[in-house]
Amino acid sequence: MIEIQNISKSFEDKKVIQNISGTFEKGKTNLIIGASGTGKSVLLKCIVGLIHPDTGTVFYDGRNFTDADKEMKAEVRREIGMLFQGGALFDSKSVEQNVMFPLNILTKMSPTEKEDRVNFCLKRVGLENVNSKMPSEISGGMKKRVGIARAIVNNPNYLFCDEPNSGLDPQTSILIDELIKEITDEFDITTVVVTHDMNSVMGIGEKILFLFQGQKLWEGSKEEITHSGVEELDNFVFTNKVMQSLKKK
Amino acid sequence: MKGFGRYMLFLGTLLVRRESLGTYYKLILEECIVVGVKSIFLFALVSTFIGAVTTVQTAYNLVSPLVPNYIISNVVREMTILELAPTIMALIYAGKVGSSMSGNLGTMRITEQIDALEVMGINSTSYLVLPKIIASIMMYPMLVILSGACALAGGYLVGTLTGIISPTDYVYGLRYVFNEYTVTFALIKSLVFGFLISSISCFKGYYTKGGAFEVGVASTEAVTTSVMAVLIGDYLLAQLLL
Repeated sequence: MIEIQNISKSFEDKKVIQNISGTFEKGKTNLIIGASGTGKSVLLKCIVGLIHPDTGTVFYDGRNFTDADKEMKAEVRREIGMLFQGGALFDSKSVEQNVMFPLNILTKMSPTEKEDRVNFCLKRVGLENVNSKMPSEISGGMKKRVGIARAIVNNPNYLFCDEPNSGLDPQTSILIDELIKEITDEFDITTVVVTHDMNSVMGIGEKILFLFQGQKLWEGSKEEITHSGVEELDNFVFTNKVMQSLKKK
Repeated sequence: MKGFGRYMLFLGTLLVRRESLGTYYKLILEECIVVGVKSIFLFALVSTFIGAVTTVQTAYNLVSPLVPNYIISNVVREMTILELAPTIMALIYAGKVGSSMSGNLGTMRITEQIDALEVMGINSTSYLVLPKIIASIMMYPMLVILSGACALAGGYLVGTLTGIISPTDYVYGLRYVFNEYTVTFALIKSLVFGFLISSISCFKGYYTKGGAFEVGVASTEAVTTSVMAVLIGDYLLAQLLL
């Protein structure tokens, strides 16, 4: 479980996120949602330690991550897998080398073990026979899958996904969402997904945290989201025509 | 001053939380090929022509019955060893290797590849930058030696083929009152310049913010700042060591 307490972050004079607290539960797909520019990605970066928050603390299963020393942070990070918005695959490495990279650096597995693990992960995300391809030779959806395979290759306890559906067609988006959900259930990990896609929210959101103008306005499940009583959340949720029809019903 | 402070902190992070030696061995070898082996042709070409032109221009300026011909190659030797090979080549090195390092790291930054390394618990500066700096410190002196040899050979070819100087005079001039310390001085300079160019270029690239345009700006800044650092370093080393 990940717990965040009073996280705030400003860039120069602009307060991007203010006093956000919440918990992300193990074995569940936790979503951080909100419109563009509300600070979702900044919050995610504060949680994984890419940005140091001005105030507040992040706990990974009770371990204070924000104030930990560099060694402790590195230790926690080795339990983290992250899928970035653009995939963030290493351009100079093939698909196989990308997925194998965390194993090469962080483990002492034998070459055969590493190869088996990489093939297992690639197969798990539905990719086969692409090992030797370079990132520039595969589609956006495949890059996301390779990103997921790289994120899970080292058996993480925590999986973070930053806008996993951005730039993908609706069908591929659903496949990626389902994959994230399946992996969360299968490996029993704490997954945190940043998204503004209502299809993802209704598809995989087990616990949802809604941000508006840098503040947390609501927290709940996808079943509760349509009748939250929060005007800003309603405006966000019912922008989608499908959701509008759901509201009318 | 703020930038200089950040640069010093950046250098400090290179040596903390390093990966295994085996990892660096492979990375350094790869970087040596990129910064060294792939620069050989350009360095040889430029140096040969610089040596040839220096010979022609020195001969043009030394037309006097009182000055023996071997002084031409003597001047070419001194200029090559002291300045052309280590310093002028450093400017070319900054343009080729420095901009490439900066562009490479800048692109990795804006496409979140550096963030990906950090999230994995890897010290990205140590992993990405340290091998580049070590490779540069190792390879640049070798390129300078190659450059010096090519420049002197270029001078010999042009000087003898055009009849400016006889082969015997050229070789005599090269060996005349030779002070070995100039070679040591040139190698010290090349070590310092190799470090300055690679570290400054990596620093500029590593802290790129924005998009493709900013990567270009960072590469330009990397070359400009490296060149300034080389020129200032050149002056300081000359004052200190000569």
